[in-house]
Amino acid sequence: MNVEVTPLPGIGVRKEFSVARGRRRIGIIDHKDGSIDLILSKSDNPDVTEQIPLSAHEAAVLANLLGAPQLVAQLREEHREFDGVTTRQLQIRKGSPFDGRPLRDTEMRTRTKTSIVAVMRAGNPIPSPGPEFLFTAGDLLIVVGTTQGLDAAAAILTDG
Amino acid sequence: MVAHNTALALIQLGAVIFGLGLLGRVAARIGMSPIPLYLIGGLIFGTGGLIELQAADDFIHLASEIGVVLLLLLLGLEYSASELVTGMRRSWAAGLVDVVLNATPGVVVALVLGWGLAGAIAMAGVTYISSSGIIAKVLNDLGRLGNRETPTVLSILVFEDLVMAGYLPVLTAVLAGAGFMAGMKTLGIALLAITVVLVIALRYGRYVSMIVDSEDREIFLLKLLGSALLVAGVASAVQVSAAVGAFLLGIAISDSTAHAATKILEPLRDLFAALFFVLFGLSTDPSSIPPVLGWALLLAVVTIATKIGTGWWAAKRAGASRYGRARAGTALVAHGEFSIVIAGLAVAYGAVPDEFAAMATTYVLLMAIAGPVAARVVEPLLVWWDRKRVPAG
Repeated sequence: MNVEVTPLPGIGVRKEFSVARGRRRIGIIDHKDGSIDLILSKSDNPDVTEQIPLSAHEAAVLANLLGAPQLVAQLREEHREFDGVTTRQLQIRKGSPFDGRPLRDTEMRTRTKTSIVAVMRAGNPIPSPGPEFLFTAGDLLIVVGTTQGLDAAAAILTDG
Repeated sequence: MVAHNTALALIQLGAVIFGLGLLGRVAARIGMSPIPLYLIGGLIFGTGGLIELQAADDFIHLASEIGVVLLLLLLGLEYSASELVTGMRRSWAAGLVDVVLNATPGVVVALVLGWGLAGAIAMAGVTYISSSGIIAKVLNDLGRLGNRETPTVLSILVFEDLVMAGYLPVLTAVLAGAGFMAGMKTLGIALLAITVVLVIALRYGRYVSMIVDSEDREIFLLKLLGSALLVAGVASAVQVSAAVGAFLLGIAISDSTAHAATKILEPLRDLFAALFFVLFGLSTDPSSIPPVLGWALLLAVVTIATKIGTGWWAAKRAGASRYGRARAGTALVAHGEFSIVIAGLAVAYGAVPDEFAAMATTYVLLMAIAGPVAARVVEPLLVWWDRKRVPAG
């Protein structure tokens, strides 16, 4: 990947790359004062960009949203040497019986032999959530276990 | 008697600063730079205006000197030495076109009006230098930082700011009435100083930063302000111009120290620079404006065209599309703080006639307003024009 780095004297640095599909550029402007803009060139005119200012927190959230599938992929890669162990990303959907209930109520370990290794909430990763951790709709759970175990876990999270 | 004077000075100063706050609020509301409003504020309160301030005069004079030092110090802090070097390398051709196209109108008008060599050199600077402050803000407000043509615009601004460092000492020498040789000598000293500072900043910037840096805000502020005034004073004593000394100090301070320094000095700069603009307005007699209004308008129209031409040419070389060229051109139009810094120097030395201040004020007012407006309307105008020429279907 060729990331183009352009100094913007007095303002900061622009880092961007071309997206393979669709003649567009995407990147960020790293301001000297620490703020960050997301930039995306317009589809009809590659010279002009959309500039979206992000607060430090918003930038971190976006980075984590983009990073969550990465985390799953990485864990899956790490567990590959253990036959039959895999990682999956499961969600607490709206209307799930565990929306607003603590992790211990799922009895996940006992019922499926899987373990919830992390929760992504609003883009922020919460590693090793304890039994008293309260779920809320929208939480992304990173769950490790066997394929059957993970299927069962998914069913529990939806139906109880 | 002394106590009474102090009371009067405080009241006047308070009224001025409070008034500036109100003007700044108006400027923010309509999304423009407050500089033109400060100038107008000065015009209203100054010689021949509604009210004359005298008790606070001494303070405002010194404060405005500090304002110039801080303006240039923060300008220097914005750039790192390596940015200046690469910016220079990338933009020297466009920079030269910029100098020739935009200084010439000022020189011609000054000569036609019979303002002499000093007036011509000062006017050259007034019409040449764009306002990097206004332009950076406009580019950010319009969301153009990611556009292809933006680095071209910014590198022209870098070039202009570096030219300022060579130009101000020459101007000071000419204004002081020094001869050609003396002028050359100051220029030599200034260029030598710039080179030395760039080398120091590139190689040993962290040591300079270490000297002024401190964990404690109060100590940091005192060291910064103290060193800036010291360097500016010494530079001024060897005729290199106080402003340039401050600019060079700003460049030498680097990285996180520079960032922290900007943060801590910004409010101070805003305060003192505002007083500087007011003082310039104060010392301009509003009744001297009407006679030069026509010339100022002409100069504004011509330099809007030449600035657009400069940006168009530079962006074309960088491979920008027609719209990109138009955006780059209009982005450069805004003039502001540095034109007034130059005019302020000329007026302070008394080497130029009274109309000069009136001309500079009017011109900067026009350009500070025209710049952001031009940058906003150029693209819709061009689109409309293209549609009209090639009717749809």
